[in-house]
Amino acid sequence: MDIETIVNQLNLKVRSGKDRLNNNVTGGYTGDLLSDVMANSSAGDVWITRQIHQNIVAVATLKEHAAIILVSSCEPAKETLERAAQENMPIMVSDLPAFELTGKIFNLLAAEK
Amino acid sequence: MLESDNNLHKHSFDIEGGNFTNAGTVSTRIKSILKEIGLPDTVVRRSAIVCYEAEINIVSYAKKGVISLTVTPETVEIEAIDEGQGIPNIELAMQPGYSTANQQIREMGFGAGMGLHNINTYADIFDITSEVNKGTHLKMIIKKH
Repeated sequence: MDIETIVNQLNLKVRSGKDRLNNNVTGGYTGDLLSDVMANSSAGDVWITRQIHQNIVAVATLKEHAAIILVSSCEPAKETLERAAQENMPIMVSDLPAFELTGKIFNLLAAEK
Repeated sequence: MLESDNNLHKHSFDIEGGNFTNAGTVSTRIKSILKEIGLPDTVVRRSAIVCYEAEINIVSYAKKGVISLTVTPETVEIEAIDEGQGIPNIELAMQPGYSTANQQIREMGFGAGMGLHNINTYADIFDITSEVNKGTHLKMIIKKH
């Protein structure tokens, strides 16, 4: 499943990486502790978080995530957007809280299998 | 000898304590270098994780530090040497979840007490020495095969 499908299905607002929405999503990880995400997420995941500062781009880039989705209408910081543009990392915003968004994306990915 | 010299890559990067703006850039750079060399994905990813945790530790707890990368024919070696507060009890610091991070660091999602534990998990060989009020020295080795 590509990011664009998830964006359309869940009405996400795309804040960066518009030309990377064809990135393939193979799974997901939800968490706000960067070390936890570093240790336990996988390449190809969408990372669901409410952290908005620029360090999330470094983590997502290092882990080769497909995209970052911010929850509860949290908007990325200006520096985060600048870093995301440099690294070409898609960032989207959802108005749903983490629990609900995670459930919906889990179901979308499960339905595809 | 010539052949092994050709296989050897050495790089060194300065890290500024307290500078969260640039935290992670050295790890990103090192990851690109390892990718350019053409190492297997798993080796690159594990190196990136241990490097990132070491980098964040320097930014969070030290005045300054240096991360150096040496790629030998058999291994990727990453060393992180800092001047800072040091670690009084390494055994305790290695326990998952144990952290001395302040509130500011925690609010950013760092300081979960997983850093050294992650390094120990992802490095094949991990040596750590530390002296209180002097600094900490990490040596992490990832085998290529």
